Amino acid sequence: MATDITPDKNAEAESIGEINKYDFRTETEAVFKSQKGLNEEIVRQISAMKEEPEWMLEFRLKALEIFESKPMPEWGGDIDINFQDIYYYLKPTDGQEKSWDDVPEEIKETFDRLGIPEAERKFLAGVKAQFESEVVYGSVAEDLEKQGVIFTDTDTALKEHPELLREYFGTIIPSEDNKVSALNSAVWSGGSFIYVPPGVKIEFPLQAYFRINAQNMGQFERTLIIVDEGAEIHYVEGCTAPMYSSDSLHSAVVEVIVKKNARCRYTTIQNWANNIYNLVTKRAVCHADATMEWVDGNLGSQLTMKYPAVYMLEPGAHGEILSIAFAGNGQHQDAGAKLVHAAPHTTGQIISKSISKNGGRSSYRGLVRVEEGANHAKNNVVCDALILDPESRSDTYPYIEIMEQDVSIGHEASVSRIGEEQLFYLTSRGLSETEASAMIVNGFIEPLVKELPMEYAVELNRLIQLQMEGSVG
Amino acid sequence: MTHVLKIENLQVAVEGKPILRGVDLEIKHGETHALMGPNGSGKSTLGQAIMGHPKYEVTGGTITLDGEDLLEMEPDERARAGMFMAFQRPVAIPGVKMADFLRHSTTNVRNPERKEGEDLIPMKDFRRELKDKMQQLQMDMEFARRYVNDGFSGGEMKRAEILQLAMLQPKFAILDETDSGLDADAVRLASESIADIGREKMGLLIITHHDKLLVHNPPEFTHVMLGGRLVETGGSELAEELHANGYERIRAAYPEAEAENLAMAGE
Repeated sequence: MATDITPDKNAEAESIGEINKYDFRTETEAVFKSQKGLNEEIVRQISAMKEEPEWMLEFRLKALEIFESKPMPEWGGDIDINFQDIYYYLKPTDGQEKSWDDVPEEIKETFDRLGIPEAERKFLAGVKAQFESEVVYGSVAEDLEKQGVIFTDTDTALKEHPELLREYFGTIIPSEDNKVSALNSAVWSGGSFIYVPPGVKIEFPLQAYFRINAQNMGQFERTLIIVDEGAEIHYVEGCTAPMYSSDSLHSAVVEVIVKKNARCRYTTIQNWANNIYNLVTKRAVCHADATMEWVDGNLGSQLTMKYPAVYMLEPGAHGEILSIAFAGNGQHQDAGAKLVHAAPHTTGQIISKSISKNGGRSSYRGLVRVEEGANHAKNNVVCDALILDPESRSDTYPYIEIMEQDVSIGHEASVSRIGEEQLFYLTSRGLSETEASAMIVNGFIEPLVKELPMEYAVELNRLIQLQMEGSVG
Repeated sequence: MTHVLKIENLQVAVEGKPILRGVDLEIKHGETHALMGPNGSGKSTLGQAIMGHPKYEVTGGTITLDGEDLLEMEPDERARAGMFMAFQRPVAIPGVKMADFLRHSTTNVRNPERKEGEDLIPMKDFRRELKDKMQQLQMDMEFARRYVNDGFSGGEMKRAEILQLAMLQPKFAILDETDSGLDADAVRLASESIADIGREKMGLLIITHHDKLLVHNPPEFTHVMLGGRLVETGGSELAEELHANGYERIRAAYPEAEAENLAMAGE
């Protein structure tokens, strides 16, 4: 998939992809055997397998050191991960050895109920490594290519655009940032790389056209997006079908650079299987008069810790974070946002909505920081929690640090339960109690859902309906 | 067959306190009944109990629709069986569009056997019908895109309830103070709308303590509630009398019910 994104080299790129696949098969079985655990040797092997430049190997090794020296954060959720019991790199062929029969029944049932096509199901369940979508994507890729847009997986980008990687990779989220970002930096694989040249405005949500891409959904994916001056992009990752993986840890790093007058919206809707720890670091920097928007929907997983951030570095920058979390049985969504005003006349907004059901727990954890000299900064935070039953829980941890006098900061928080009166009103008009609750919940998140591309909005509503029926794996 | 809603010796308590103390009422399809009475006499409680609000506990008596036991049904099953209540103070459901809600609701009421997740009535047909009904009620189409009762004025809320009545075409409808909080024009519009929907096509129970709605929808029967009982029943002339003279005569004639009414109102 990754290789078909630079269409003027399309034929060549595809054949390289083929060769690589076979190379891995023949070559790697001799020198590389996927094994559990993490040490310097494994990191060296990963880098060698990918034929990376020396600087990337050094970057990985340094990150490994940092990972080993850092303690796990003591806040957030309960994390019980044995880092030595995880495969940090799998040959592309390994992924295909799983059989459809191994996929849990409830996941299959959910595919059924969501109406996911057969081909996508196998991919989503990890049975099939790639989903064939070149047909749809082909003309789009050509169009992007003409405009000078680079859209590929990060491994390929490292080979084909080393100068851009060297300049930006790891500059927004350094390995020192936190333990899981250090881990990602040491063992990353896959993820998306996007470069949008100055003034180029991509009219359609990228990735919505071929929303399924093996390379983009790795366990330690690494995404880097550079939106050059005056350019615009809306990138969409993930999908609402449950992503099943036998691995228990997903730890991605996403870095976004939005240059002067540029605009980036990054939309994520993910629905992880219940065994997953989803620990993701996402951060954007915003230059003069630039806008960055994170739209982030979190469903599923055992524990999600994710706080998309925008650093507003120059005057006129605008950062916005909209997030939805749904915590069901056995799930803890510790999600939130971080906005840093580091320049005057910067504006930011956080809207967070969470739903807790069947003993689920959702937390909003947010930081708003106005640095010294960032006068006339404006920021507004709204977080609303909806709790569906007495067993469920919601917490709010807002942190506000203001080092400047002349600013405007607002914060509103509400916690509500589905009201008996609302349920009675809807049921007395013929809706079953489940339909009524789902309708109330969908109404609750409507302000965010209407920001999503249509097909995602429809799927999200359907998914919430299924969650309300309590039948989702 | 003529549909019949039959209430016998109905007793209802809220949080353990008795409100209705034995109500008997029979409404046939095509009839309009007025239920009048002073504040706190239990009129709204009767409506809520008929629709099955969980807070209103039926402690005795029966309610049947064409012989079927309504008390055994959940509120949505009652709606699917043909019952409707226009709320006195409808609750807001933020984020849910009127049209989406109504499409669900209309589908379920028309296809009582529909299971969750099965198809809704086709969007095109629904839109056309909704548009017709809204024009008939002189409502702007923009209304359908607004969130259910969210930020509605008093008049808008009542019109939205009447729109739902028009779409759902129930066998029996309870209008709980649909005229309260409306000015004279709005009441006239509401009354005409109800007449347009077709009083003769349903059984109506109009709960009111004014007679505004009744002027346009003269009832065949007027019932007076006091202290949780129906103390008097008459024709439309009884409604007119109560409107002209108030409840003094009733209060004096039924001292026992009046004492209970005072006790309930005092709580």
